[in-house]
Amino acid sequence: MSSVLQLLLEGECLETHQMADVLGMDEAAVTEELERLKDEKILLGWRPVFNPAEVEDDQVRAVIEVKISPEREGGFDRLSLRISRFDEVESCYLMSGGYDLLVIVAGKNLRTVASFVSERLATIEGVLSTATHFLLRAYKEQRHLLVEEGSASDKPAISP
Amino acid sequence: MTLQSSRFVANHVKDLPRSGIRDFFAVVSDMPQAISLGIGEPDFVTPWHVREAAVFALEKGRTSYTDNLGLLRLRKAISSYVQSSFGVEYDPEDEVLVTVGVSEALDLALRAFVNPGEKVLYHQPCYVSYDPSIVLVHGKALGAATSARNDFALAPAALEDAWEEGCKALILNFPTNPTGGVADKSTLERIARFAVEKDLLVLSDEIYAELTFDGEHCSIASLPGMKDRVIFLHGFSKAFAMTGFRIGYACGPSELIEAMMKVHQYSMMCAPILSQEAALEALLNGRESVLRMKEQYLRRRDYLVRRFNEIGLPCHSPGGSFYAFPNVAATGLDEIEFAHRLLREREVAVVPGSAFGEAGKDHVRASFSTSYIQLQQASDRISRFMDSLGHSSGSMEGVG
Repeated sequence: MSSVLQLLLEGECLETHQMADVLGMDEAAVTEELERLKDEKILLGWRPVFNPAEVEDDQVRAVIEVKISPEREGGFDRLSLRISRFDEVESCYLMSGGYDLLVIVAGKNLRTVASFVSERLATIEGVLSTATHFLLRAYKEQRHLLVEEGSASDKPAISP
Repeated sequence: MTLQSSRFVANHVKDLPRSGIRDFFAVVSDMPQAISLGIGEPDFVTPWHVREAAVFALEKGRTSYTDNLGLLRLRKAISSYVQSSFGVEYDPEDEVLVTVGVSEALDLALRAFVNPGEKVLYHQPCYVSYDPSIVLVHGKALGAATSARNDFALAPAALEDAWEEGCKALILNFPTNPTGGVADKSTLERIARFAVEKDLLVLSDEIYAELTFDGEHCSIASLPGMKDRVIFLHGFSKAFAMTGFRIGYACGPSELIEAMMKVHQYSMMCAPILSQEAALEALLNGRESVLRMKEQYLRRRDYLVRRFNEIGLPCHSPGGSFYAFPNVAATGLDEIEFAHRLLREREVAVVPGSAFGEAGKDHVRASFSTSYIQLQQASDRISRFMDSLGHSSGSMEGVG
């Protein structure tokens, strides 16, 4: 794994010049490495991680269990990609177990999500059934715990 | 304390100097906004699965005393961990003692093995408690200096020089707090030969062993013929980020562990059971998080050491621990003045090296157990501090 990628995975939000500083590299070399990671589709992009409870344009999110019928050539791929291409779909995963696809959908309100499911998703040929679960509250978002951890204020600033 | 009541304090405690860290702590406490590189503990929170094990134990009502030696299942896990990681076999029945941190284990060892007036050899700069712990058992501390010239590795010749007749034990600490010094196998073999020749008991504090960056950590207890004269001291604070759990252990020959246990049973009874439960979980399922934390420390080390050298504070690359120990002599300030002025003028806290003994003079300890952003900001501030020292001497010349 490249040192740039390792640094990214540590999760500290560093700018390119800060990464260069930490790793003792030229900023240009870091940029080049980031480009390579993007070119090779290892690094897909950047998105800020929000606390869903604090975002102003609060969206409704739902987790949808979808059963689909696999096809002779391509298995689940064609239908899965077809579903994934909708803008409403944040993530789409093929699952083992009681259903085939786990689809995470976001919409501006309950009605938008409901109509996406009933009018778009459920009507696709090959989709056998859907079960929609609306997200009520987030406790952890993308590895960020959304509750206060014990404060560090008890930790002495100097210790042996 | 009034003059009246101070007469109750025992002489040897009265004479004990206050820790240099304690003094500096008082100053830093007044500046909560300062960036602290003075913290001698991991910045990672104890991994959740370990905390969860303690919570589960509490829920289950596991709140009793344990065997004086510690929970047998923990001792078994310690025994197998020590065997797989350090290559030394200890019987969990009578060769492992669970203690309240390595600090207690070291204190127990000194109390169990050192008669009043006997001498104990250790290397300097070192963890702040070695010297006072020896004094508290009415022993005499003999410090052997290590130096930046050889990256604070311990030269057996330095031990020879410091050794005196009547010396009973030798305390080793590799990797070393505060210098990050390490000892490779051949150095340890020479130290072992010295210990055998002088018939010394070796108390080997290996609390930073997992945080060895360069080469493999080697325990002196694993060298042929040494197990009978080594007390292996280790704990969970540093590698497993469990400082507040206060949990450590001592391994050694059963007669010696029995003697330490005697002191332990009358003074401490046993280590807290919740910490023991958490420690067990850490050993069983926590090794991966140790490796992850170590990788991060390594990158931070490389960064901070590079910055110190660029700034003009010569700094060797510590082979282990999470401390850099740069030399500040080039500034013209001594380490205490350097630390105080850096704190006052640039709000960065480092610990004066002399807090760790005479041999730490001219150095400061800077912990890299903190985020990159903090390390970057601290380095930038230290750099500006160095510039300002240059400027001020320049302007003085102008005035002259």
